[in-house]
Amino acid sequence: MESAKRADLVRKIIIYVILVIMAFIMLVPFAWMILTAVKTNQESISVNPFYIFPQSGWHWENFAEVWKSYNFLVLYKNTLLMIFFRVVCACLTATMAGYAFGRLKFPGKKVMFALVLIQMMIPAQIFIIPQYLMVSSLGWLNTVAGLVFPGLVTAFGTYLLKTGYEGLPKDLEEAAAIDGCNVGQRFLHIMMPLTKSSMVSLGIFTALFAFKDLMWPMIVCTNSATTTLSAGLAKMQGQYGSDYPTMMASAVLAVIPMIVIYVIFQKQFVEGIATSGGKL
Amino acid sequence: MKKSKMTARAKNEAIWAWCFILPTILGLVILNFYPVFNTIYQSFCKTGDFGRGNVFVGLANYQAVLTAGETWHSLWNTIKYAIIEVPFGVIIAMVLAVFLNKKLKGTSVFRTIFFLPMVCAPAAVAMVWKWLYNQQFGLINNIFHTNVAWISDPKIAWISIGVIGVWSVIGYNMVLFISGLQEIPGDYYEAASIDGATGVKQFFHITVPLLSPTTFFIVQTRLIGALTIFDLMFMVMDKTNLALENTQSIVYLFYTYAFTNGNKGYGATIVIVLVVFIMLVTVIMQQVEKKLVYHP
Repeated sequence: MESAKRADLVRKIIIYVILVIMAFIMLVPFAWMILTAVKTNQESISVNPFYIFPQSGWHWENFAEVWKSYNFLVLYKNTLLMIFFRVVCACLTATMAGYAFGRLKFPGKKVMFALVLIQMMIPAQIFIIPQYLMVSSLGWLNTVAGLVFPGLVTAFGTYLLKTGYEGLPKDLEEAAAIDGCNVGQRFLHIMMPLTKSSMVSLGIFTALFAFKDLMWPMIVCTNSATTTLSAGLAKMQGQYGSDYPTMMASAVLAVIPMIVIYVIFQKQFVEGIATSGGKL
Repeated sequence: MKKSKMTARAKNEAIWAWCFILPTILGLVILNFYPVFNTIYQSFCKTGDFGRGNVFVGLANYQAVLTAGETWHSLWNTIKYAIIEVPFGVIIAMVLAVFLNKKLKGTSVFRTIFFLPMVCAPAAVAMVWKWLYNQQFGLINNIFHTNVAWISDPKIAWISIGVIGVWSVIGYNMVLFISGLQEIPGDYYEAASIDGATGVKQFFHITVPLLSPTTFFIVQTRLIGALTIFDLMFMVMDKTNLALENTQSIVYLFYTYAFTNGNKGYGATIVIVLVVFIMLVTVIMQQVEKKLVYHP
């Protein structure tokens, strides 16, 4: 008994050691990003001696300078607007279509749902050139509309919401139908509120996907006043790649909002990813 | 009542349903299905400015793309990236998930940390890693007193980029594994403990087979994700980097031709090659699934 307990303890210690090492590896890039961001340029490229911590105090003002000189307010605004409209469009269209596919009978259902499934299997790169040409001929280059464009509807979200609606009990809706509610009322007042968790999953997934996307904003918003955080970073790196504190300060500014949101809504994030399981 | 005629109620329901699916279907047709055919069409054309004045050139683009060494090279680079990211990302995540699924103290803190890279823009992640890898001033070389050209030595740059990929994706895979683990009934482990099976044995004889559907799902999504990788290569590799040729992925090549050089027809052809390749991989994966996934 005594030895079994000891073996258990040893096992626990080994597990903790591995977890701590992994956590350390995961955190080093973040720590180094922040430590570099608050150094002077001279300190950041000093090799002999090599400084881990800033020597002349922590220069938090680096952030203020980067904020001003690269117009981060505009990048935040563009990113936020793109995410907002994409989430609204995705949730709205997907919940309607998901309800129809999950709960209603209609001719053409199988074929139409096949379209949804097929879209999910096609690599998205094949859409990009024609989507770009459409945005371009609509005159939407360098606009929020252009950023939102490919995310107006979502096959993945439709599939996700359809699964959500299918899982709901039948009697609720039948009772409402007997009471004389039409399909629209049943959808709006009874069924839609019950799929809140699927909607949250889709919202988080859509927001993360839009936030992380690099290629599309680079293609449609080439102007640094109209682009997003991701694409803005790419631009900055191209122009000022060797000013390391500046680069790292901008990287911190670009990742901080989503990290804060994630830490606050952690449960929703983790559940959202686990249930949606989409390809990010 | 005739069989082919719908009742008023069914008709009403069908009208509602079509109204509900119409935005999505219209969107999919305009945003996705038309582009598929348009891309195929463009791959047979030499592209004029703004996609207008397409000149039909038949298979010329295909001949050019398929005979260009860089196409196959970048495809091979992409596979090499996947060979690092997918197995390591999956195995490390699985082990961590098993650890975090035990009722130990502090697991939620670890989970939060491991998941952090998932909420960061890859552009920022790549910038930070590029700085860590910096040959002269970077943290890694200065801490270990090495002088390795992590991202400009063609022989190791692809591994360095793969490491960034693994680091980025562990948390995401882990979360999916944890939710898969929670579906394995606890009785299996209790029975195994009574029979005297220890942790490691339990892991290989219960966890691995019962988790195999989840594992397969993750491998499949990650494989397709890895084969379409773009951001990391784009952000880490400068245009002047000596190792660019040995690391650029097929999607990077597509981006360069279609948007940097503005050669849409050639770019479209690269995409078609990519899509055919991914379809092949998907078919192979389905065969693998039949053989390897445990179906109780």
